[in-house]
Amino acid sequence: MIAKRIIPCLDVKDGRTVKGVNFVKLRDAGDPVELALRYCEHGADELVFLDITATVEKRKNIAHLARRVAEQINIPFTIGGGNRTVEDVATALENGADKVAINSAAVQNPDLIDEAAKAFGSQCIVIAVDGCQIGDKWYVHTSGGTKKVELDVFDWVVECEKRGAGEILFTSMDHDGTKQGFAIDVLERINRSIKIPLIASGGAGTKAHFLELFRANAADAALAASIFHFNEVPVPELKAYLKENGISVR
Amino acid sequence: MKEIAVLNYNAGNIQSVLFALERLNVKPVLTGDPDRLIKADKIIFPGVGEASTTMKYLRTHHLDEVIRAYTGPFLGICLGLQLMCRHSEEGDVDCLGVFDIPVVRFPDRQGMKVPHMGWNTMRFADHDLLRGIPQDSFFYFVHSYYAAIAPATIGRTIYGVEFTSVLARDNYMATQFHPEKSGLVGHQLIENFINL
Repeated sequence: MIAKRIIPCLDVKDGRTVKGVNFVKLRDAGDPVELALRYCEHGADELVFLDITATVEKRKNIAHLARRVAEQINIPFTIGGGNRTVEDVATALENGADKVAINSAAVQNPDLIDEAAKAFGSQCIVIAVDGCQIGDKWYVHTSGGTKKVELDVFDWVVECEKRGAGEILFTSMDHDGTKQGFAIDVLERINRSIKIPLIASGGAGTKAHFLELFRANAADAALAASIFHFNEVPVPELKAYLKENGISVR
Repeated sequence: MKEIAVLNYNAGNIQSVLFALERLNVKPVLTGDPDRLIKADKIIFPGVGEASTTMKYLRTHHLDEVIRAYTGPFLGICLGLQLMCRHSEEGDVDCLGVFDIPVVRFPDRQGMKVPHMGWNTMRFADHDLLRGIPQDSFFYFVHSYYAAIAPATIGRTIYGVEFTSVLARDNYMATQFHPEKSGLVGHQLIENFINL
């Protein structure tokens, strides 16, 4: 049976992880590759690297990061953060990334999804969608969640799929950082409206939150950052817990 | 020094296969040159791409003939497995025919995501390629089409339907999953192939 995936997310700037990590026995906690190796050993199913470097050197940085990670780890990984053109996507993939995540650039230029999917295949194009509830509607936001777009989340994910996206990574901005649980209702609705896999992000604080997400069949995978980095929810413990509760995990 | 060739046909993410071999201290040769390939001790045929486009490329460059004539250990991965079959629904194309098996698309069913993306288990028969790997181990899959179960099937996986996850006959072997992305068990499979 296919397993529900657990995905730690690492923010990287100028080749270094940005948010603090609390793993013991790491020689260099700022080295994304060393962290990635640790997560591999712990049974993470995939990794996501968000490169938040904002310089002209960005593409070179991403190429370097992708290559160093691909040389060392033997599970799939995604690179996101500022992929704006087909060339950016090509750079990450040619250097060994399995997938790329595209966020704001896809909203500003939806044809980018078609072009990237046609050039490299849908399986490697992840569209990251940041959503926020205003009134009774869910609106897409861009630029790290700072800009509201007059675009309904449900319409947008369906359009992404039609244009060739291979996966959706949805973050509820209302839940992100709260550690109060995933946005089950909206995720479940998104999951029903698309036929491509859905990664849930935002709100994870406890093991029970992951169980709740998967029991509701609201996503195929769950992504989190700080609770893994600070060892609040260790990946091996999380997986053992999910397994005990009847969820298929690796 | 034995030479392991990785068949180069401008497919995506060949890098991962090269890195996986390097982690096993093998320095592979990446080549699309028929003369070089036919002389290699082993060939790995990786694959990320679209079936009909890739078949056209293989025919144009006479790589289809090389694959059929090759007698050494040969390992196809993902699209590689599908192209070694008889025919693929993806682009309705006749393939290499090493295995007399049709490749079809996963059925369109409520609640079944396509592509089949993620980690899934496999049941398998005894084979040197799978030595040391526990039954029901998880492997990493990404695909929308699959090879039906056939006499050459040695590994099988269930995703809505039961399909072929490993094929083997004579010198030809193929996996639908990506061993280079399948953690320790994938590493073991590649090591087994190197040691054949």
